[in-house]
Amino acid sequence: MHLFKESSTSTKRNPTGNPPLPPVPPCEWMTTHHRRSFLGTAAGSLGLGLASLSHLLAAEQSPAPISSTSTAATTDIVGRPRLPPRARHVIYLFQNGAPTHVDLFDYKPKLRELHGQPLPESYVGGKRFSTMTGNANGKLILGNVEPFAQHGESGAWVSSLMPHTAQIADELCFIKSMHTEAVNHAPAITFMLTGSELPGRPALGAWLTYGLGSAADNLPGYVVLTSVTKGTSCGQIFYDFYWGSGFLPSRFQGVKFRGSKDPVLYLKDGPGISREFREAMLNDVTALNLQKQALSGDPEISTRIAQSEMAFRMQTSVPELTDLSGESKATLEMYGPQVEQPGSFAYNCLMARRLVERGVRSVQLMHAGWDQHNSLTTELYNQCRDTDQPSAALVKDLKQRGLLDDTLVIWGGEFGRTPFIQGDLANRPRWGRDHHPYAFTVWMAGGGVKSGVTHGASDDLGMNVLENPVHVHDLQATILHLMGIDHERLTYRFQGRQFRLTDVHGHVVHDILKHV
Amino acid sequence: MPQRNREQRQPVLSPSMCRVFLSGWLIVSASLAMACELLAAEGEFSSKSINFSKDVLPILSDNCFHCHGPDSQSRQAELRLDQPNPALDQILRESAPGQSVFWERVSTTDPDLIMPPPETKHRLTAAQLLLLQRWLQAGAPWGKHWAFEPIIKPAVPESDRAENPIDAFVIAQLHQVGKELSPQADSARLLRRLALDLTGLPPSLELRQKYLKSSNQPLDAGAVVDELLASPHYGERMAWEWLEAARYADTNGYQGDAERTMWPWRDWVVEAFNQNLSFADFTRAQLAGDLLSQATDRQKLATAFLRNHMINGEGGRIAAENRIDYVMDMTETTGTVWLGLTMNCCRCHDHKFDPIRQQDYYQLSGFFNNTPVDGSGGNPQTPPVLEWPSEEQKEHRNRLLKERQEIAEKVLAWEDEFVPLKHLAPAEGPALSTQPVSAIEVFDDANGVATSPWHQDDGLPAEVRAIRQKPPQDRKASELTQLINFWNQWQGQSPQSLLMLKSRIDELDALQRSIPQVMVMQERAGEPRKNFILSKGLYNQPQAEVPTDVPLFLKSKKASERFRDQNVSPVLTRRELSEWLLHDENPLVARVVVNRIWQQFFGIGLVKTSEDFGIQGEKPSHPELLDWLAADFREHGWDIKRLVKQMVTSRTYCQTTLVPREAYVDDPENRLLARGPRYRWPAWMLRDQALAVSGLLVPKTGGPPVKPYQPEGLWEEATFGAKRYQADQGDSLYRRSLYTFWRRIIAPPMFFDTANRQTCIVRTSRTNTPLQALALWNDPVYLEAARVLATRFFVNDRKLHDDERLRRLFEHILVREPTPQELELLRTSIMSWRDRLVQSPEQVNDLLAVGASPASLAGEDSASRAEAALWTVVTMILFNLDETVSKE
Repeated sequence: MHLFKESSTSTKRNPTGNPPLPPVPPCEWMTTHHRRSFLGTAAGSLGLGLASLSHLLAAEQSPAPISSTSTAATTDIVGRPRLPPRARHVIYLFQNGAPTHVDLFDYKPKLRELHGQPLPESYVGGKRFSTMTGNANGKLILGNVEPFAQHGESGAWVSSLMPHTAQIADELCFIKSMHTEAVNHAPAITFMLTGSELPGRPALGAWLTYGLGSAADNLPGYVVLTSVTKGTSCGQIFYDFYWGSGFLPSRFQGVKFRGSKDPVLYLKDGPGISREFREAMLNDVTALNLQKQALSGDPEISTRIAQSEMAFRMQTSVPELTDLSGESKATLEMYGPQVEQPGSFAYNCLMARRLVERGVRSVQLMHAGWDQHNSLTTELYNQCRDTDQPSAALVKDLKQRGLLDDTLVIWGGEFGRTPFIQGDLANRPRWGRDHHPYAFTVWMAGGGVKSGVTHGASDDLGMNVLENPVHVHDLQATILHLMGIDHERLTYRFQGRQFRLTDVHGHVVHDILKHV
Repeated sequence: MPQRNREQRQPVLSPSMCRVFLSGWLIVSASLAMACELLAAEGEFSSKSINFSKDVLPILSDNCFHCHGPDSQSRQAELRLDQPNPALDQILRESAPGQSVFWERVSTTDPDLIMPPPETKHRLTAAQLLLLQRWLQAGAPWGKHWAFEPIIKPAVPESDRAENPIDAFVIAQLHQVGKELSPQADSARLLRRLALDLTGLPPSLELRQKYLKSSNQPLDAGAVVDELLASPHYGERMAWEWLEAARYADTNGYQGDAERTMWPWRDWVVEAFNQNLSFADFTRAQLAGDLLSQATDRQKLATAFLRNHMINGEGGRIAAENRIDYVMDMTETTGTVWLGLTMNCCRCHDHKFDPIRQQDYYQLSGFFNNTPVDGSGGNPQTPPVLEWPSEEQKEHRNRLLKERQEIAEKVLAWEDEFVPLKHLAPAEGPALSTQPVSAIEVFDDANGVATSPWHQDDGLPAEVRAIRQKPPQDRKASELTQLINFWNQWQGQSPQSLLMLKSRIDELDALQRSIPQVMVMQERAGEPRKNFILSKGLYNQPQAEVPTDVPLFLKSKKASERFRDQNVSPVLTRRELSEWLLHDENPLVARVVVNRIWQQFFGIGLVKTSEDFGIQGEKPSHPELLDWLAADFREHGWDIKRLVKQMVTSRTYCQTTLVPREAYVDDPENRLLARGPRYRWPAWMLRDQALAVSGLLVPKTGGPPVKPYQPEGLWEEATFGAKRYQADQGDSLYRRSLYTFWRRIIAPPMFFDTANRQTCIVRTSRTNTPLQALALWNDPVYLEAARVLATRFFVNDRKLHDDERLRRLFEHILVREPTPQELELLRTSIMSWRDRLVQSPEQVNDLLAVGASPASLAGEDSASRAEAALWTVVTMILFNLDETVSKE
């Protein structure tokens, strides 16, 4: 421990107002004894400011028993008091394109009653819609395309389009009063994931890794998996600022795995380079870089050292991660027929579980194709087929393995879809719904959230939030709270201002928190 | 600093409270944070007069413009705060001392009255209120956003230590916070920094020998820079960012991603930088080269800049919609590259923050709206195109044309002999040869001719007759096939001349296909196309017709008059657009350009948001320096090399980066410029560096793109098997990164943190991830470069002592000598590597064979081979040092 000059209790602020940046999540340093050997030689040359090292080591070093929260840290890596965490991992199943809440989870019988009739003006009230709708007045109401039924003891209404999700209804917490500010995809997704409509702020996962450190020894703390969608992505691009670190140091950004059998390019060492050789080379490079660090204070040097160390560990951890030979037939079948196709949503859901098992703090799945402007009776079915079973399987799988209590799963998109039609009522094959930020649904499971409940409600047409509105910043505040972070205190000083994920807003939705 | 929670924030700052604050600086209740904020605000501003653009406009923009700004659609209460107007005057004017409607509304605690309203979730901070108060007290003077104010060259601050005005400005600002510039970097590091920055390659041995001879003298940066600027590699280096801004790629993008041949334009850019074309001419050529008087082919070629946009060839796409997409892309690219404005939101509505109206957007797009492109199909060489043959291709074509003519005459003679087409030819038809040719000359089998029926009676099938009416040299290959088939059918064979003609025309066609066709700009014939405002940016929802024109808020009177004087036609064209951009009164272009070049060498612009100089963009860190540079650049004929030299010979640029951690923590982004720029070199430069130091680099400039090593299967995966990547062989593997084939939908994977080349990008992120470490470890180019370099160093002098070889190798890669500590560490390391490698002959074999170049030391004894492998490993280690991959 003499390596680290600053004690773990030091929270003295530097002139930028930020805590001294820990160059490396400490557990990454301390796990392989090979690393230690050269670190020993470099003792004293390492003027690193590592806050809360001991806490983190106590809390996070052991990778195996994730379900145990007994060793929960009371101080996060940035040295601030931490709330008792209810979850230690987040899996965000992001549904890019905006799933239609009124066809999937927010059951509105009145839509079918009034099917084909003009939308009453009282519901519209000068609201802004996407360019495609323009003015919503007089638009025709469109009933849900498939029937709903109640499921489980909780009696949650779920569309027949989502039969597997229906089976786990009692595990879920539906928030049916979500609302957001943006009406177009990229700004709304950026808003949901970074708290700002404009690119450049750190994403939720980056904030979490910044605030809590990484709990994974051999994998990045924040991993992103994107679906490789064959013709169903509506042309939507997954921009890398959806998992960027913004103004936070770059090591906090999400690491995107490719949706293919080789999730990481250049992972395999070149000809003639054995594992032993690679390690020896890395040790030499690191030792020289540490010498450099004594001359130059650039924190990127220590980041580079840490990232190289991580790269080395990923060379074994990633092939092990993607080796599904240990998964039982039952498990694979649970995720559905696409589970063994790299890049499918099913495959990525299974990967999410495997990542969480290995300690990864934040897993973000990006799945596109929910933009049903004219394909409610066509593409929507494919979307549900591709995502329903794997999402439900993930929750079940986590539960079976005792991981669900510690893992918060979030399913949802950037906004909802209009209760009125886009397209021609007489032309069923081309029915669609436009973007709708005023009410939509997300569900959460595990991680300290109440199960089998519905929070909030939209009005009888699913048009506006009627009770318990949950703004995007509220959702973000709640996620941070569940992870043991006060969203108002996790800040980063940048350009003369303290920034946070929730900007200057956000209320924790206490109603959905499980009683401890 | 603890964040205030919501409850504490509630009583913001009532007018009365504020007065208390202002009068006696008594910190009443509130929170400590608020007090600090106020004190900070006061400390910062009390000594200075209030600056509207810097202090007030950002507050108004962030908090008010959404409802009271330029966008007329969302404007509330018919009040706008983005420009002076009578209604605004009224609310700013004081009804009683200290009381204006404006102040009342922003400072009240009444939730029904307060502005901004609570539901907007915007709330003025105490510091902001203080600034507004001071502004009101000063009489609420109005001004423009700084970037829209004319560029006035500021006086250079007095300094006895600054020869270069850049330094004078930087030092003056440093002095304000009690800091100084850091000393100059050591010569070796500085030479390496300069060479990579200016040529993208490490310094040549000649440069090192010439300038690093004496270690006591500081580096003569001016002389070094002059040499580097004269290198042909300078243009290659400068082209990279321009290509990113120009969204240059070798394919269309979208589904299908068909391959195009725009690379002659890329070579034009390299040449333009090398010849130091002034930025003014660079601009004129690329925006309006085709419209210049007596435009040369090279000037026309330059306009490919605009046509570098993606092309959507998906089935079912509406041509008119595509066409509008392309016009919008050109408009927005021009907006970003020259004006530093984000124009795309104005497709649908007036800008929310900047004074750009939706109408301005469509007026500006008018400049690009008048080409013959109709948007249909996905032809990657959609006309108008400019053919760009190489010299060999030109020669080849001339030879073929000559041969074609000769053979065509024979064909004609034969046809003349046997078919009286002259009588059938239309009066205006081509004149046919009247020289009959004996059948024997044409036909091998004279008997066949005798039986030919064509002399007497034209019983030709209509299509054959039509073909024969065309002069033979003008016939298409398919038409000749038709004729040949006809003859074969009739005669059992065709005349030899016809077969020869077909073969020449086939060859010509193939040649023609191999000649690059570069998509360029051209005005369409006839009436100019009309421009309309498109509702919501939809191609099929035209509204009011608008003239082609520049944005109103940037249009100075003088410029308009000049347009009128110079322009005979009432319609403005791209030519006038480029002149307007370059006009002295344009406040943006020079600022935007010098800022981007600054960003290229310092890693971050003086205006960090180099893509957005609008109100939401970041304010410049050194506003006066930026203006001085912009004015100076313009005054000196937009001379890019001069500007570059000015920047990189400044003391500011030449500072050391070896400063303590506190300096980096104090100013992580180095906005104060109290140290030299230090950050990872771009990935493309790292690849070029490895090729260069290993001697593998093939320094040929220009030409068609090349395909170096790339992991297998990437294209196949991205295109569902439609495209396969086949790496090149030989020299093409070792060309500079600039020439790498760029497939838009799956970019070359080794270039991390580069622009996607899909739309205009002028600022890319700079990240530091494990994935990058892996790429630098295992991309075969680095492994091969390491082994080739190491082998050379070993073979050159096999008897050399370890230390000496180590020193030379280290210096070869990093330019500087190793420190004793580094040497010691590597010396120890070499011992253990020697042990490892002697015991691993198979790994030695593999290490010495990686890559496509001939294996190293093949057939030599195992001891020599192990030694070469040892030095290969050492080289790999050196390649991956932080310093090797960083600008230092």
